[in-house]
Amino acid sequence: MTADPNSPDVEPIPPGAPSPGRAVLDAHLVVDRGTFRLDLPLTIRPGEVVALLGPNGAGKTTALRALAGLLPLTDGHLSLAGRHLDHPGRRIWTPTEQRPIGVVFQDYLLFPHLTALDNVAFGPRRQGLDRQRARQRAADWLVRVGLADHARRKPRQLSGGQAQRVALARALAVDPALLLLDEPLAALDARTRLDTRARLQHHLAGHAGATLLVTHDPIDAVVLADRLVIIEHGQVVQEGDVATVTAQPRTDYVARLVGLNLYRGHADGHLVLITDGFTLVTNDRQHGDVFVAFAPSAVALHPHRPEGSPRNTWPATVAGVQRHGDNLRVQLDGRVTVAADITPAAAAHLRLTPGQTLWVAVKAAETRVYPAAAAATNAGVG
Amino acid sequence: MPQPDKVAVAPARSAPSPRSRRTGQVPVALLLPAAIGLLFLLLPLAGLLIRTPWSTLPQRLTEPGVLTALRLSVQAATLATLLCLVLGVPLAWLLARVDFPGRRLVRALVTVPLVLPPVVGGVALLLVFGRRGILGGWLDSTFGVTLPFTTAGVVLAEAFVAMPFLVIAVEGALRGADVRYEEAAATLGAGRWTTFTHVTLPLVAPGIAAGAVLCWARALGEFGATITFAGNFPGRTQTMPLAVYLALETDLEAAIVLSLVLLTVSVVILASLRDRWLGSS
Repeated sequence: MTADPNSPDVEPIPPGAPSPGRAVLDAHLVVDRGTFRLDLPLTIRPGEVVALLGPNGAGKTTALRALAGLLPLTDGHLSLAGRHLDHPGRRIWTPTEQRPIGVVFQDYLLFPHLTALDNVAFGPRRQGLDRQRARQRAADWLVRVGLADHARRKPRQLSGGQAQRVALARALAVDPALLLLDEPLAALDARTRLDTRARLQHHLAGHAGATLLVTHDPIDAVVLADRLVIIEHGQVVQEGDVATVTAQPRTDYVARLVGLNLYRGHADGHLVLITDGFTLVTNDRQHGDVFVAFAPSAVALHPHRPEGSPRNTWPATVAGVQRHGDNLRVQLDGRVTVAADITPAAAAHLRLTPGQTLWVAVKAAETRVYPAAAAATNAGVG
Repeated sequence: MPQPDKVAVAPARSAPSPRSRRTGQVPVALLLPAAIGLLFLLLPLAGLLIRTPWSTLPQRLTEPGVLTALRLSVQAATLATLLCLVLGVPLAWLLARVDFPGRRLVRALVTVPLVLPPVVGGVALLLVFGRRGILGGWLDSTFGVTLPFTTAGVVLAEAFVAMPFLVIAVEGALRGADVRYEEAAATLGAGRWTTFTHVTLPLVAPGIAAGAVLCWARALGEFGATITFAGNFPGRTQTMPLAVYLALETDLEAAIVLSLVLLTVSVVILASLRDRWLGSS
């Protein structure tokens, strides 16, 4: 049974829950490396694309290497397509070459001495196909990724986007139960990335096995994945479908990733106490521990204390200014830090300089409030 | 959700190129010893060329003794290099890729023949492979194989002296090669042996070739271990360096001609390795 990878309402499987029989990957990855510990429950269903997102050093690469068998688990378990591959508690270990996986590495690692065709044929050859059949299968895959006329080229004669497609074909040619993609678009320039991302999406939709996409780029994750798993410091901080995670971030990292201001506080009706003496007024009514989120574009900046409608106003100092699309993103310090998006015209009017004091205004109607204890993730704002 | 771009502009590069060097007066205290040092290295070679009997060179080169010694030298050096490849490449792989206890000690031991006087190496080989040696006696009584004072003995002596050159070159190449290619091969289902033959070897092939050339050159010039272990029998164990030494006592011109041949071979090898070892500037 194959889940529709394009279905927007894929139900997230709660972490650590007993896996339903249809999960092709059922793992609890625990890797201890002295000061760092990865503790990641992960299940993926056939056809599902899960993005593993996180800042540098969060443990994404460690998780990928553990799944690939390039790094042994110190605890937990890993089973794939019904086979136990790594289970330290039961002394089960399967070396990389015996795992039904395919990996697209960040810099592709195409064998430089082999042609594109022989790179793709490498896996099928190891599966026992003779040279001719392996090459036939490789040629079919090169047709699928649109590189049939590049079969005889060596990797150094391929562009970055072409090399990425050969690497994808090489990984898929072994028909893996689990496809692992390590920052598959990171090495490409912006223009190539757009095109390659669209092609990758097409191929992932056609892949019957499970796919894990390791990335730090939220766009890749949102475009390519059915479900996001976000880790920080080796722990899952948030997990869910794209719409939920982007609308209701639960950590500063996720909020920055999706471009929202995020605060944790205690709600009492329309009032949310953020820190000692600092309160936000919201339209939503909540009680108890909550998150308050609003977009930088919902933040207005004024040279003097604004009169009238905005319910939330406070003084803040300009900490930095960055270009953000056509607008400018202003970072402000004060009783809480906040990001505001303003037009260049508005910035000129305000004569922005670092250290300048301005008044921040946020309408209550622009805020979103949601319970901090919901959905049972072990989230916390650092 | 576009990532915000930094507005800040990278500082303009105005610093002088790091390649430009200080020019001007070279101190005599450095220039003089440098020039003498260069002369010291080149004069003997020039002397060899000056004293070469160019007019009789063709006849000299085709003398039976010269050709025999040359053929034996090339054959023995080539066999020794093959032996070093068969044994040395796996040894280099072990040193570069497998973390076993005592690896540092093993690496140090491998380089011993580099610094050991070749005559000592020859004596050591005699003690082990001689007819009354630790292994030689057994080889002699069990298989009737005698190594000392045979062509096989020449190959063995040359391989003993030359193998460290190969092992060091190949180990360096293996350490420089990206192990992630081997990981990629593993994810595609290749075991360690297949990975070694299909991925690792092709990746380090230039390093192996360079190591083999160095190894061959060292074997070709081997003297001390060969004369100690294999003796000096024309046609059987008398290689070019041995022939040069012998000719020196009887026929100086023959010694010069033989030396010229070895010098030519050395220069050709140096030229073939130029890009790899001396850089191209």
